[in-house]
Amino acid sequence: MKIRLDNVVKTFDTFRAVHGVSLDIASGELVALLGPSGSGKTTILRMVAGLEYADGGHIYFGEQDATDIPVRDRGVGFVFQHYALFPHMTVGENIAFGMKVSKVKRSKQQMEARVAELLRLVKLDNLGGRFPSQISGGQRQRVALARALAVDPKVLLLDEPFGALDANVRRDLRRWLREIHEELGITTLFVTHDQEEALDLADRVVILNEGKIVQEGTPEAVCRNPNSAFVMNFLGDANRLGATVANGKAEIGGASLEAAGFGDGAASVYLRPRDLDWSATEPGIAATVTRVIDKPDGRRILARTAGGEQVELDVPPETVARAGDQGFVRIHRARVFAESASN
Amino acid sequence: MRRRVLPGLTLSLGITLFYVGLIVVLPLGALVFKAASLGPEDYWRIVSSARAVASYRVTVLSALAATAFNLVFGMALAWVLVRYRFPGRRLIDAIVDLPFALPTAVAGIALTTLFAQNGWFGSVLAEAGIKVAYTPLGIMVAMSFTSLPFIVRTVQPVLEDLDPALEEAAQTLGGSDGAIFMRVILPLLTPALLAGVSLSFARSLGEFGAIIFIAGNQPMETEITALLTFIRLEEYDYQAAAAIASVLLITAFVMLAITNLMQARALRYTEKTRA
Repeated sequence: MKIRLDNVVKTFDTFRAVHGVSLDIASGELVALLGPSGSGKTTILRMVAGLEYADGGHIYFGEQDATDIPVRDRGVGFVFQHYALFPHMTVGENIAFGMKVSKVKRSKQQMEARVAELLRLVKLDNLGGRFPSQISGGQRQRVALARALAVDPKVLLLDEPFGALDANVRRDLRRWLREIHEELGITTLFVTHDQEEALDLADRVVILNEGKIVQEGTPEAVCRNPNSAFVMNFLGDANRLGATVANGKAEIGGASLEAAGFGDGAASVYLRPRDLDWSATEPGIAATVTRVIDKPDGRRILARTAGGEQVELDVPPETVARAGDQGFVRIHRARVFAESASN
Repeated sequence: MRRRVLPGLTLSLGITLFYVGLIVVLPLGALVFKAASLGPEDYWRIVSSARAVASYRVTVLSALAATAFNLVFGMALAWVLVRYRFPGRRLIDAIVDLPFALPTAVAGIALTTLFAQNGWFGSVLAEAGIKVAYTPLGIMVAMSFTSLPFIVRTVQPVLEDLDPALEEAAQTLGGSDGAIFMRVILPLLTPALLAGVSLSFARSLGEFGAIIFIAGNQPMETEITALLTFIRLEEYDYQAAAAIASVLLITAFVMLAITNLMQARALRYTEKTRA
């Protein structure tokens, strides 16, 4: 099922949570809504589900305007961050709930067969008789997914589905959700504040800030071509250095970067730690090492430039550096953005 | 014994057990002892006399009716207090406890005044042909008044802690409001409701002060068991008083035991190990 959001607006009391968001999601696509807390991503998801009403704009499911369809008739599967399993029902009863309250009557055997099939899909075959309090967090979230899938939803919506889980459980579940999505081909929209999760899982990433879409595209597109300092910062560690643009060149004390299309004046240069290198000799930006952090896959050098700005570099493990060393930061890759309020 | 984080288990256990023994068990034991001194035949004669049986009937039936009324009304009140924000909510929340604070005799006199033939409520109800004061209906009114806070106060915290996502999940799964209430909310409230019901019922069985003013106290009709016990005491027939009171005691005990069992069953799902 294709989903289309057309200029959707939501205001809570006086706070505008979502400003005119428009978004197209193709049938069978797996899309991540990524943003910091307060960016409106969960509100958008809840409006698609019908758990919140849009104050303006329209939400289409296929060709049908679903804006005013109540949640119980909208046919969405929703997975909550804290699972929201019914504690007084067994795993099997939780999964069967949607079928039991459905207007479509099913026989007991049909329901049992469907529950067994879903338990197999989420790899919890033997746990149908347990209560939610008797299984682990990762298992609970899988039950929540099976429960959402039981009534054959047109759309699957997940609100920070792995947010409450341990890092390694999270990684496993991510891969597993991707597999299930490939198997079922159901249109899926999920919310996360974890950029790694969004990039790992989604076909397309929609980055939100302050209730607006900042950038959308494939993980490759948003990673390689962030369109703003906000996206650059949000997707991963980034250093910011002040620069002066003159004649299409951005000058940072000791280095010069291509900055075609920028007017003369102040600009910001954003650099990933891995796109920098440390050298004892010129050329480069003169800097002093303040600290070195060793990691299994390399070293991170924290340095202060001659201009007094902090820089972090991820360098190969062989690099020789010690706190107090004087040296030069070499730039392999960088992005220049016009000076803006956000840093 | 395993070491605890907080010290003083032995001391605190000793003090509490001694206190419970002194304040609760000793008087009850004396009551049972006094009743037992009657001998089985006399005991049976007293507790099965027509007047005593009539008093059990009116007490238990009124208490059941009052509890059933409080079950519905108390739950509705708790629901409104938790789910809605309206001016005066805090005031109503405070008023709920008033029946606990008010001397029951004062409550009885106030209710009698209101429900008497010429009272504010009584005169209106009389026109409709309903008589409350000096009838079993009056007993129910007094009982439901004094035991109202129990169900509200047991259900309220559970309702407050109920995760709104549970209802939202049920909605996304296609549940109607009725289905969500019956299959999700009510089962989760059941343990609290049972606790409230058992307290409310036990309190109603033993209520005295509020009832004697409004009941009329006609033997065989509107005489409650607690009053009959009191009458026997005034006649210096302590053994008969103890015998009749023991019936109330046993009823309350059995009823509390049953609701505790039901509660344990309703809370099965919280067991950590596989049931």
